[in-house]
Parts: sequence; C-alpha cells; structure tokens
Amino acid sequence: MAAERALSRARSLKLTAIGTAAGLFSGLFGVGGGTVVVPLLVLWLAYDERVATGTSLAAIVFIAGFAAATQGLYGNVNLRDAALVGGPAVVGVVLGAALQQRLRSRAISVLFALALVASAVELVLK
Amino acid sequence: MIGTIAAGLAGGVLAGVLGVGGGILFVPALVVFMNLSQHHAEATSLLAIIPVALVGAYRQDRYGNVRRGDAVLLGFLSIAGGIAGVALANALSGAVLRDSFAALMVLVAGQLLRKARREPAQAHKRRERML
Repeated sequence: MAAERALSRARSLKLTAIGTAAGLFSGLFGVGGGTVVVPLLVLWLAYDERVATGTSLAAIVFIAGFAAATQGLYGNVNLRDAALVGGPAVVGVVLGAALQQRLRSRAISVLFALALVASAVELVLK
Repeated sequence: MIGTIAAGLAGGVLAGVLGVGGGILFVPALVVFMNLSQHHAEATSLLAIIPVALVGAYRQDRYGNVRRGDAVLLGFLSIAGGIAGVALANALSGAVLRDSFAALMVLVAGQLLRKARREPAQAHKRRERML
C-alpha cells in the first residue's frame, strides 16, 4: 500500500514536470508543447509511441488553450490569421492521422526535418 | 496568403503524424508570409493550434490512442508554466525570440531525423509486428 502510494506520487510528480515544461514551451514559443510531451511520456511513463502521440494531442487542446488565453490578455492574438492557418491545418491533421496508421512515416519525418531547417533559415534571414 | 494556407496544411499533417500542435510551422509562416511580428505570430499560432489538436485528438481517440485522464491532467498542470512562458516571451525582444525559435526548429528537425532512423522503412512491417 505504501509502495503503491509512493509509485502514484512519483507518477504525479512526473506528470506535473511534463505539464509545466510543456506550458513553458507553449507560452514561450507559441507551440503546443508536443515536442516535450511525446518524448517524456515515452521516456518517463513508459508510454507506447502512438499512445503518447494521441494523448499529447488531447493535452495540447488545453495547453494551447490556456496559453492562447494568456496571450489574448496581452492583446497579441490575431483572429483572422489564426483562422487562415488553422483552417487548412484541420484538414492536414486528418490526413496526418491517417498517414500515421498507413504510410511510411520515415519519409514524412525526413521531409519535415528538411522543411523545418529551411524555414528556420528563412525566419532568421527575413 | 497561399504560402500561409500551404504551411497550415503541412503543419496539420505534422500534427497528426507526430502528436504536436503544428505551431513549429505556423509561427514561421505567419512571420514570413503574413508579416506578423514574432510575438503576434506566436500568440496567433496558439489559437490556430486548438482546433487542430482537437480534431487530431478525436481521430487518435478512435484508434484507441488517447489516455484521457492523463491528457486532461497534463493540460491543467501546464497552466503555471504557460503563464510564465507567455510572460517571458513578452519580456524578450522580437529578435531574441525569433532566434530562439529558429534554434527550436533545428532541434525539432533533429528529433524528427532520430525518429526516422528508429522507424522501420515501411509501416506495414510495423503493423505485422503489432499483430
């Protein structure tokens, strides 16, 4: 019983650490925080990679929601542009979830890695 | 504008495949194509992420890939970090924030390449292994 309680306390601590790290990333960079949530769920809580992916997406609804509300208080949120990028992205996520079940995600990963590095260069040079 | 729409679509695919929000692509698209400041792009990206993650989570839930209790818990445990992160972002200059973001992009690219190395070449092999 005591061991069980210690185990659940260790689990709560890990979840708190993951949530806090994800919130920091999300607020600081305007991302969902999945970049830290997925690997930490796999590493610390022995999540299967796919379950980590799905659980991370569900957590991001709340993480990004709270961070967006906070940014809203600073007056930084642009509704029209959010719709412009978010609308097509909803179509993309349905495609992506289906791809993850079927296609070669290896090629997709490499493609996105290249796209990210190219965008990073463009962002800094702009 | 077409660039923003394309980046939105690509960010969504990334979100579905990786379980992220897609913000890593939304932010640079909003800066480069829509001429938003780094601060406004980040804040706007957060709002765009919400429907993406919602739809993605719904799809993943149907595949049985969501642990709902942990997801909600993680969300509420993120509040303090989120407020601190937003405050920090707003305290930094646009240039510093932009360069840090570019560094994050390169890190995520590295994470993707490592993931690609771990993956089997074809997904159907993975399915066989699961059966």
